[in-house]
Amino acid sequence: MDIRELHRTVDTADLDLWYGSFQALRRVTVSIRQGLITAMIGPSGCGKTTLLRCFNRMNERYGNARIAGHVRILGRDVYDPDVSLIELRKRVGMVFQRPNPLPLSVYDNVAFGLRVHTPRARRSRRTEAEAVETALAEVGLLDAVQGRLRRKGTELQLEQRQKLCIARLLPLKPEILLMDEPCSALDARGTEAVEELLRRLRGRYTIIIVTHNMAQARRISDECVFMLSGEMVEHSETAAMFVNPKDRRTEEYIEGRYG
Amino acid sequence: MGGALKQTLQTLRRIASGLSERTIVALIHLCGISAIVFVFGIFFFVFREGSPFLRDIFDFRSFFLSEEWHPTSVVNRRYGILALLAGTGSVTVMAMLVAIPFGLGTAVFLSQFCGRRTREALKIMVELLAAVPSVVWGFIGLMVMNPLIVRLTGAPIGLNVLNAGIVVGLMSAPIIVSIAEDAIRAVPDTYVEAAEALGATRWQLVYRVVLPAAKSGLLAAVLLGVGRAVGETMAVLMATGHSIHIPFTAEAPFFHPLESVRTLTATIAAELGEAPRLDTGPGGIFPVEARHYQSLFVIGMALFAITFLISVTADLIVKGIRRKA
Repeated sequence: MDIRELHRTVDTADLDLWYGSFQALRRVTVSIRQGLITAMIGPSGCGKTTLLRCFNRMNERYGNARIAGHVRILGRDVYDPDVSLIELRKRVGMVFQRPNPLPLSVYDNVAFGLRVHTPRARRSRRTEAEAVETALAEVGLLDAVQGRLRRKGTELQLEQRQKLCIARLLPLKPEILLMDEPCSALDARGTEAVEELLRRLRGRYTIIIVTHNMAQARRISDECVFMLSGEMVEHSETAAMFVNPKDRRTEEYIEGRYG
Repeated sequence: MGGALKQTLQTLRRIASGLSERTIVALIHLCGISAIVFVFGIFFFVFREGSPFLRDIFDFRSFFLSEEWHPTSVVNRRYGILALLAGTGSVTVMAMLVAIPFGLGTAVFLSQFCGRRTREALKIMVELLAAVPSVVWGFIGLMVMNPLIVRLTGAPIGLNVLNAGIVVGLMSAPIIVSIAEDAIRAVPDTYVEAAEALGATRWQLVYRVVLPAAKSGLLAAVLLGVGRAVGETMAVLMATGHSIHIPFTAEAPFFHPLESVRTLTATIAAELGEAPRLDTGPGGIFPVEARHYQSLFVIGMALFAITFLISVTADLIVKGIRRKA
């Protein structure tokens, strides 16, 4: 096996997706490298969020989504009939556009994943508390919520809520983090804080971030995927794409001619 | 000739349209305030009929804390409603033991576990269940449940708390289903999405996220069911056995579901027809026979107070949800 193959965590091959009769993805073939931050950019409705939601099969929530082609995550086709959806979502975490902590306490929010995935008999209060603390420390939220772990997660500030949503993924030790415009609801300071956090997480997790904000893609990502009308137009290193785009459509988008 | 008729018709129409605008607005206003008028009217009437009793004989201890209800006795008239309260209470508790699991279970199934077509079909069935007249429920209690309970439990009589509780429980379930389903469907989809993305199974999603998030709505649903059970009359009149009796004993503090009871509502319904409404005699004093009728209205006030408290509590809880959302 090629050494490069080993570094691929997410691969799609000729991926098509329809919502009813509308085709949202057209023959998308892309491979995402491990441990890097990959940004997916493109104008509204280009299919970047749809593509992201294929990686943890969240598109299935919409009853009318139909799919053809392959999505391989960590070496397995996720649309194989014997793939466990629950196991997949344990290894591939997701952060949403609007911070959506569960209506539980801060502590329970972070412990939620562990409780869902560990049978009652194998749960221990100590390991759970440690995992929660580690996760909160990792996202830099521990000092802010220390002593207030029993407060509702939905009552935190917007930026803290989004950090909490990232923290709740970590106790499950996911390999891939999917982020769907995680900063679009935040102000400039909140955006900066989350970007800083992403830089800290880089290397340990494969991060795929959908963003509207080209400057953000440029600041934080290692590689960039540019999509347009359901097609993958260009996938290259971020620095290269912004300086010297290969495709004319990419160039026009980056220059702000449309989108 | 024809032209003149046409003109008259047009004038009439103009007058009518100007008038109807104002009439309709007035009618709508009238409908709007009619609910208030009716509630106060009912309260006023009930209070007026019961007030002589409140003024002359009522005393908290002997009314609420005595189980002696002998309103027509010649030598020993007593107006104690403790046994009737216990009857209403025990039937309501029994009814909720049936209605809460059935109602909430159905609501969870409808909103989370079944497809759209099953849901539509089931909802129609639930509405049909709510449309069954209460006398039909009473008939089922009397003719179907009664022999069944005797056969299954060996109780001497099948008209008892268990019978009435099951019947009233089934009657209260539809309202619990519809309010609880609304509450569950009002849980924001972002919560559901978040839990699904974390790999929660359907059931984990329901009991760890959806039910806690819908908690207050579910409580309101249960309270409305309780209100329905407390106020139910005809079915309990037919299914409880109508015997004035407290289904508790000192040895077994939990109520005995196989004993016959009588409820507040059934007492009013059964006795009001026989209780004479008499005016004051010489000296402005009511004859002693007039008190039975009046006491039934005091029971009415007590019922009114109980159901009013329950609805207000439910309403406050529902408002609480809206404020948070």
